[in-house]
Amino acid sequence: MTAKRRNILAFAVVSVLILILFVADILFGSVSLSAADIWAAITGRADSAGDPTAYDTVRSIVTKFRLPKAAVALVAGAALSASGLQMQTLFRNPLAGPFVLGISSGASLGVALFLLGLPLLGTGAGGEIVRNLGMVGSAWVGSALIFLIIMAVSVRIKDIMVILILGMMIGSAATAFIEILQYFSPEGALKSFVVWSMASVGGVTAGQLGILLPVCGVGLLLSVLLIKPLNMLLLGENYARTMGLNVGITRGVIFLSTTLLAGTVTAFCGPVGFIGIAVPHVARMIFAEADHRVLMPATILLGAAVMLFCDIISQMPGHDIVLPVNTITAMLGIPVVVLVIVRNRKIF
Amino acid sequence: MDAERIYTVELRNVTLGYGERVLFSGANLGFGWGEFTALVGRNGTGKSTLLRTIAGLAKPLHGEIVVDGEPVGGMTARELASRISFVSTDEVRITNLKVADVVALGRAPYTNWIGSLTAEDRQKVVESLSLVGMSAFAHKAMDTLSDGERQRVMIARALAQDTPIILLDEPTAFLDLPNRYDICLLLRELAHKQKKTIVFSTHDLNVALELCDTMAVIENGRFHYGPTVKLIEDGDIQRLFEGTAVLFDAETKTVKMK
Repeated sequence: MTAKRRNILAFAVVSVLILILFVADILFGSVSLSAADIWAAITGRADSAGDPTAYDTVRSIVTKFRLPKAAVALVAGAALSASGLQMQTLFRNPLAGPFVLGISSGASLGVALFLLGLPLLGTGAGGEIVRNLGMVGSAWVGSALIFLIIMAVSVRIKDIMVILILGMMIGSAATAFIEILQYFSPEGALKSFVVWSMASVGGVTAGQLGILLPVCGVGLLLSVLLIKPLNMLLLGENYARTMGLNVGITRGVIFLSTTLLAGTVTAFCGPVGFIGIAVPHVARMIFAEADHRVLMPATILLGAAVMLFCDIISQMPGHDIVLPVNTITAMLGIPVVVLVIVRNRKIF
Repeated sequence: MDAERIYTVELRNVTLGYGERVLFSGANLGFGWGEFTALVGRNGTGKSTLLRTIAGLAKPLHGEIVVDGEPVGGMTARELASRISFVSTDEVRITNLKVADVVALGRAPYTNWIGSLTAEDRQKVVESLSLVGMSAFAHKAMDTLSDGERQRVMIARALAQDTPIILLDEPTAFLDLPNRYDICLLLRELAHKQKKTIVFSTHDLNVALELCDTMAVIENGRFHYGPTVKLIEDGDIQRLFEGTAVLFDAETKTVKMK
């Protein structure tokens, strides 16, 4: 009972934290805005001199950049973390995650083929909608393909280290192929790809947001529907099956969910590493639970909080430089992963 | 075998194997109510494969397995899960996973989409834990238990699943001698008092001979099945050890060095 009460408190704290970080993410940036300015801009109030257009710049910064950016950070963090938790339970591997298993690399390769490969063939992407759909579609195909390979191997080989090494090899192969593509690419295409690969939650346009939010919403809904099957899979596939789980369908839904979550985020934010692998462990440490009824919402909320935090840091408040967000996620995530390896406690 | 016995698990002309290798072929036998049956045989004779096949985890090469008069092949995972529970050799020592949660997972075939427990489900979990003597461990995590305690939890999970048939793959493999007897005595009591059909594979012939009503012996791709006493009389147990360093003494019902 006390553990239950503690968890409720932890959920409340994390929720409040998300709210604070969300507001902070809107306030801080290369131009620091005061809460009063933003409030005035949103409510459309005139300034003391009676000029109704005084806050137009602020309004434009907030609605066109800061708000979408904060929303993307929130959703991307939740999405990557939920997909990481699903992979860790499915593969019974504490070190699984979309980045480590090469799923993000698959998505990157898909985007690279679309952004670099098509111009090489002389058929550049058309309008913005075509470009967005092409990017997300090629990211889905890329991540789905890698996930299928990893699943096919994991059915035959039960050694978790083999799966991890395979994931890293696939990731390296994808990176190598991308580098070859870059070498042959014209400057324009190359620039847009390099900007993409620096990973940022701020570069997402309104049109992309219109794809990202609903698709990740579906992926997160599937994650919640997977709570019971994931709990059953904790005991291993043999137990899950003899307790009445249709393991084939479950694998299919996990596949769909992780492809939508990791693929879409990678398509629009670039390859963001270490969120998917590290956040589920942070959730385990804080909540001391293995039950996905606690772990799944905890992971989703913590993922959102962590990604907002990383985005705030990457903006370097008070400076006009912006660091790629994946450098921050790596610096925060790697210590967690190292801690998990060093502790070497059996999680599965 | 008496014709009056109700067979809850029946093998009809079953051939098991994998790839090119046939483990045994054309096996016909049935396990009945309230029976505590040991499945014995040398390594690689197909004990595990047989249990896995009955539990629906593998398919027979030929023939069919019938549970409660219905072929296993035609059942959904959920239908099968309300008839057969299975305790495998897979180790479950997950950090933070609570004993009560593991046992509650046994209710999975009956719970809703997110696995909420009804009052009846909770009652079953409490009963199952108490039957295996693990009530005091309900809130402990799986990774803090000993091998024997973990095995009891997995048996409690099978009990919570509330199936007429329980299959166990080498449930005593990693246990010390007192624990082996304890677990087998517990299983025998469950078979007799709760009228469950309990079949377990084992290499522990001494324990099996002492405690089991019936035995199924796989020897050179052939099945010998019957009351333990009859198998001893017929010399089926002795034949298991032909050409090895040990022998079976029918007088004392024990296995020893030659």
